[in-house]
Amino acid sequence: MAATRTNIMVCGGTGCLATESEKVMKNLELILKARGYDKEATIIKTGCFGFCEQGPIVKIEPDNVFYVKVGPKDAKDIIDEHIIKGRKVERLLYVEPTEKERIRTQHDMPFYKKQLRIALRNCGLVNPEDIEEYIALGGYEALGKSITEMTRDQVIDTIKQSGLRGRGGGGFPTGLKWEITMKQNSEVKFIICNADEGDPGAFMDRSILEGDPHSIIEGMAIGAYAIGANKGLVYIRAEYPLAIERLTIALRQARDMGLLGENIFGTDFSFDITLKYGAGAFVCGEETALINSCEGKRGEPNYKPPYPAVEGYWGHPTCVNNVETFANIAPIITHGAQWFASIGTEKSKGTKVFALAGKINNVGLVEVPMGTTLREIIFEIGGGIQGGKKFKAVQTGGPSGGVITEKELDTPIDYDSLLGIGSMMGSGGMIVMDETDNMVNIAKFYLEFTMDESCGRCTPCRVGTKRLYELLNKITSGEGTMADIDALKQLAYLVKDGSLCGLGQTAPNPVISTMKHFWDEYMAFVKDEDHPRGEGRYVAKNKIGVRT
Amino acid sequence: MIKSLDDLRKIREEHQNKINLRQHSENGMNTIEVLVGMATCGITAGARETLNTFVEELGKQGLSNTKVVTVGCIGYCHSEPTVQINVPGKEPVLYGNVKKERVGEIIEKHIKGGQPVENLVLHMNFERT
Ligand SMILES: Cc1cc2nc3c(=O)[nH]c(=O)nc-3n(C[C@H](O)[C@H](O)[C@H](O)COP(=O)(O)O)c2cc1C
Repeated sequence: MAATRTNIMVCGGTGCLATESEKVMKNLELILKARGYDKEATIIKTGCFGFCEQGPIVKIEPDNVFYVKVGPKDAKDIIDEHIIKGRKVERLLYVEPTEKERIRTQHDMPFYKKQLRIALRNCGLVNPEDIEEYIALGGYEALGKSITEMTRDQVIDTIKQSGLRGRGGGGFPTGLKWEITMKQNSEVKFIICNADEGDPGAFMDRSILEGDPHSIIEGMAIGAYAIGANKGLVYIRAEYPLAIERLTIALRQARDMGLLGENIFGTDFSFDITLKYGAGAFVCGEETALINSCEGKRGEPNYKPPYPAVEGYWGHPTCVNNVETFANIAPIITHGAQWFASIGTEKSKGTKVFALAGKINNVGLVEVPMGTTLREIIFEIGGGIQGGKKFKAVQTGGPSGGVITEKELDTPIDYDSLLGIGSMMGSGGMIVMDETDNMVNIAKFYLEFTMDESCGRCTPCRVGTKRLYELLNKITSGEGTMADIDALKQLAYLVKDGSLCGLGQTAPNPVISTMKHFWDEYMAFVKDEDHPRGEGRYVAKNKIGVRT
Repeated sequence: MIKSLDDLRKIREEHQNKINLRQHSENGMNTIEVLVGMATCGITAGARETLNTFVEELGKQGLSNTKVVTVGCIGYCHSEPTVQINVPGKEPVLYGNVKKERVGEIIEKHIKGGQPVENLVLHMNFERT
């Protein structure tokens, strides 16, 4: 029998599956077999490569040749030309839009050049349904090292010193959260992975779960050891069937190998994970609502404090972390806190995964070191704006964030700098808008979302988001007056200040930030004959958006 | 069942071959490349067997700093199968008439020993592009 000399990696992420990568894979298999080369080349279904715009992706290893937009009909040429005769199939190579050059390897593509993949380290590299591949790449060593060679304090210290902050949006220091949960005096504790991912346009967590589910299991097990939990939950939205399937397979494999269950690595640490399905409500991503939902109650948030770390799932101390946060844990244990802390900016360490969407050429998933500028992400990695149009703004932080304009594109990205320019890191959604987008409509789009998603528990959010939406509707239909603009502004602050949870507290942000940066566009809708430019008694009480 | 870090490492070793082909050293600087010409004339002359022998032997000997790549026709049909060895920092060496029986010698002398197998070398004025 001939040894395998080639791996044909076919993307099996949701994006590529939607563009027929399943058929590509079938055809490759059939033709490979028909030609009698199925011993020499192996086809491997991987997770997401991130380059969704150009999918389906097929990568040939060890040649490191990267094919894009591969259709089922291209399978024949890949086998007959590349696998059998060693000739690259030129027409399937990626063409760099600005230079018009065909690029052979993943390494040389601008989309990948500036990326640094920690959380996505195995996405596109391994078969997510095969635990042996994960282990062959060093998987579960961090877990073994943690529970056999490190004390709980040492694990927590390492995470603290690494500077890792929560990737779910809030940016709370992960090591500190673990320490608080660890210090709680309780027999029973829980660790929960938040895989609700409700931001429109965001798919970071889904891709990690689909492409490398074992990294989450490993991260959770390390966290469980550190805080003293024996049971973990993954709260995952039911709209992610592929992620659920891969995670279920991964959990079974980990149990079979003894990496979950009783006496892991021969120690007295026991841990297992169960899945809880969410029904796709944005508010259920908020940790207290999430816990209520896990308990079978309505997905409504509670007042904090007490924080879940003190009183969470069924009243027990519970540590809730995001998917991407967990994906970073094993590499930190393996390579050390210093290594992680050497990446990023002063207050934000490591990398961040962003889902690029909207009017951008390379729609897809990217992971960059903190401190990379928005301009680099949008124009170098993202390949600029579609159709050669002009950039207008980018929304980070999803419906909780704000718009960032051209003049702030050189801001190095981290938690604090984004807050400083009126937006936020959020979970990593990045929606790019071009010159043809109307910003009042954008604000309306987000308000429609938060209005629908408001759980109704507190009045400012339930009624406020609806009224904000109605005002925006009136304004965009040309019926608005300066009084409406003034009301919009005041109500925005009222909802922000008065709401119970993060949903309402941040829902007006898109309104506030578009008013600040695109006041003209609001004015263009308003025909107030008495006060054509917004002067007079309608000048807002708040400084935001006031034209001088 | 994994009961210790050693158990885990054993499994890691056992399955190393599954992912070897996909691991590229940081910038590919230390990898010795073995390029095998796989054009029609090469295949007729036995290039596929040569190629498979390289993959098998290098795998068997655990030479993980090597990478076997198939390439197209380079126009030396008279001397097929052709094999080119690229050692980082050195001029590429092109071999002709590399039947599978000669593979062992190239691995032993050139890849492991750093000395080209002179009697197989195709002496062309060879500029690496
Ligand atoms: C309305 C709302 C939605 C949220 N949605 C998510 C979500 O989808 N995923 C997530 O990880 N965190 C979400 N969060 C943040 C969580 O409440 C919590 O801070 C986070 O899961 C903590 O994990 P981390 O420290 O690892 O970031 C949301 C918060 C709010 C207020």
